[in-house]
Amino acid sequence: MTAERDLLITALVDPRNLVSWSAPDLDLVLRLLRRARLLGRVAAELDAAGLLGALPLAARDALASALIAAQARARVARWELDRIAYALRDLTDLQVVAMKGCAYLLADLPHARGRMFADVDLLVPESRLREVEARLREHGWQSSELSAYDERYYREWTHELPPLVHTEREVEVDLHHNVLMRTARLHPDPRLLLAAARPVRPLPGFRSFGFLTMAPIDMTLHAMAHLFYGGEMDDALREVADIDALLRHFGATEPGYWEEFWPRALELDLARPAYYGLRYAQRLLATPIPAPVLAASQAGAPAPLMTAAMDRLAPHTLFPAHPDQSARRARFARTLLYVRSHWVKMPPVMLIRHLAYKFYVRHLRTQEH
Amino acid sequence: MSAPVIPIARVGDLSPREFRSRLAGAGVEVRIGPFDVRVRARARGLAMPLHALWRDYPLLSGARVLHAHVEVRDVWRLWPWPRRKVRFIVDGRAPHEDMPAGQALPVLEWGINLVIALRYHCFLMLHAAVLERGGRALLLPAWPGHGKTTLCAALAHRGWRLFSDEFGLLRPGTRELVPLPRPMPLKNASIDVIRRFAPEAFLGPVIPKTRKGTIAHVRAPADSAVRARETATAAWLVFPRWEEGAPLTLEEIPKSEGYMQLATNAFNYEMLGEAGFATARDLVAGTRCFRLVYSDLETAVARLTELADGHDG
Repeated sequence: MTAERDLLITALVDPRNLVSWSAPDLDLVLRLLRRARLLGRVAAELDAAGLLGALPLAARDALASALIAAQARARVARWELDRIAYALRDLTDLQVVAMKGCAYLLADLPHARGRMFADVDLLVPESRLREVEARLREHGWQSSELSAYDERYYREWTHELPPLVHTEREVEVDLHHNVLMRTARLHPDPRLLLAAARPVRPLPGFRSFGFLTMAPIDMTLHAMAHLFYGGEMDDALREVADIDALLRHFGATEPGYWEEFWPRALELDLARPAYYGLRYAQRLLATPIPAPVLAASQAGAPAPLMTAAMDRLAPHTLFPAHPDQSARRARFARTLLYVRSHWVKMPPVMLIRHLAYKFYVRHLRTQEH
Repeated sequence: MSAPVIPIARVGDLSPREFRSRLAGAGVEVRIGPFDVRVRARARGLAMPLHALWRDYPLLSGARVLHAHVEVRDVWRLWPWPRRKVRFIVDGRAPHEDMPAGQALPVLEWGINLVIALRYHCFLMLHAAVLERGGRALLLPAWPGHGKTTLCAALAHRGWRLFSDEFGLLRPGTRELVPLPRPMPLKNASIDVIRRFAPEAFLGPVIPKTRKGTIAHVRAPADSAVRARETATAAWLVFPRWEEGAPLTLEEIPKSEGYMQLATNAFNYEMLGEAGFATARDLVAGTRCFRLVYSDLETAVARLTELADGHDG
C-alpha cells in the first residue's frame, strides 16, 4: 500500500484527522480526493463537525467549494425528479425506483451529503419501459442521435435505454429495466427488486414525488454489482466508499440486515459481486462486517488464483494515481480490469465484435475527417 | 521600536535563468490574488515572457496547501504527421485537447482561468472587469467583443487600480470585491490601440492564430499586483459597448436591469443558489448602474474617472 493510498484511507475513514496533518499531506490528499470525486463528501463531514475553520485557507476554499458544487448538483437532481414525477403523474400504478445517487438523496442517507453525482438513474418494470419512455419524450426529453450500432447495443443488449436529456436542462436520465446487462453472466431477477422496493419517506421541506428506493440489502447489492460487474472500475474508490457507507449505515440501523444479506445475494444471483464488495470494503476501508457473513460470502469466491489477481489489480484501478507521478503499472492493471469488466458483461464472440467496433470508432473512424 | 520589514520576494527577484529552471523543475509557487498556485512549465518561448508579465507576483516559500497545481508543456504528436503541440495539465490530467505550438502563454493563462472558474465556488464569480478608484470598485460586465478588456487595460493605466479584466470575485455574504490581477489579453486591433493609448504599458509577445485571434498580454501594473490583498466595495456597475464612430453616452439604467444582466452573465450564479442571489442583490443595491457607449477610449476613460471623482453633476 503506497503512502498516498494510506492518506486517502485515513481521510475517508475519519475526515476529522485532516486538521492535524502537515501541509504537504493535506495538499496531496485534497488533490486525490478531488480526483476520486470524494472532496464534497469529506467536506460535508468536516462541515458537520464544525472543523472547516480549523484548516488552512486554501484547504477550506477547496472543501467549501466542493460542498457547494455537490449541493448544487443535488438541487438539480431533485428538480429533475420533480419534473419526471410530473411527466409520469397519471401512471399511478407504475413503480419507479430511484437508483444510486438519487436513491441516497431521497432516502437521506448520511453519505448523500456532499456526494457528487452526475445522472438520474431509474428502474421501471420492463413491460412499462416503452410507455415511460414515450411519456418522457412527450414532455421534452430527447436522446442524442445514436448510430444504428449504439441504438441496437442499448435496446437489445443492455439493461437501460439510450440516455434521455430534457431539451431545457443538462441532466442525463437513464431508464433501466434491470441492474445488469441482458448479456451478462449473472441474471438478477428485476421483479424481486421491484417487489421489495420501498416508498420514500418524505423529508421535511422536500417532496418524495412518489418514487421508491430499493430495500436496504438490494441497494447495497446493486452498488456492489455496479462496481464489480458492469461499470468500469477506474477511479471508482467513490463506489467502494458508497458500499462502505451503506454497509455501515444499514448494518447499524436496519433490523435483520446482516442475517438476510447473504441469502438475498444468492437469491438475486449476485454472489460474486457481493463477495468482492464485502472483501474490498473491509480490506480498503475497514468496514465492520460480521464474521458469519464473511464466512458465508466465501461461497461467492472465484478460483483462488483469480482472487489473488484481483487483490493485486483492484487497488491500482480503484485508487486515483498520484497526480505528479507517471503510473505505468496502474495503467496495465486498469487495462486488464477494463477487459474483465467487458468479459463479465457479454459472451466472448459478442465481446470481440463489440471491442472491435469500439476500436474502429475511437481510433480509425475519426481520422477520416 | 518597529518590527523589521521583511521584503516579500517576487518573481522579478529571480533571474530569468533561475525562473526558467524552477519552472522546469519542482515548479514556481506564486500568489495570484486570493489563489496560491504552483506552476510547472517546459514549453518553448514561455519562461522569458512569463517572467516579465508575472514580475510583481509574490513568490511563496515553505510547505503549504495550494489552490491549484498546473503545468504546461510541449508535447510531440506523431500521428498523422509529427508536430509539436502545447498541453495544459492540472493535477496530472489534461482538461482539454492540445493546442498549437507557440501558444504556451495564453494556454497557461486561460488554463488558470478555467481551473478557477470550475473549482472555486467559495467565491461568487461574476464575469466582469473590475477596477478600483478612491477605495470604491467599478464593475464592467460585458459580452465578449464589446471592448471590456481594452477599456479595463486603459483605465488601469490612468489612475485606476486593476482588480481583474475577467473575474469579479466576492465571498458570498460580503460586498467586498477581491482583486485577481492578471496579465490582460488584448485581441487583434486592441493591441495597437493600447500601445498608442499607454506607451508605458508593458506588453508580452504578440501571438497570432490563437482561438481568440492575435493576442498580446498587458502586464498588470505593479501597484495592482502589490496591493492584491486590498479589497473594495462595489460602487458602479457600467455595461460598456464599443461602437465605431459613436458619440460618448453614459446613461443611468434601473438597478433591476443591471442585476439581471450581471447575474445571467456570471460564471457560477446558479450554482450558488440562494447565496448567489443574495450576494448579487446586495452588491447591486449598493451601486449605481449605467450603460456606456463609446468609440474614443480617451473620453470614455475621462468620463468614468469623473464619475468616480464625483464630478458627474
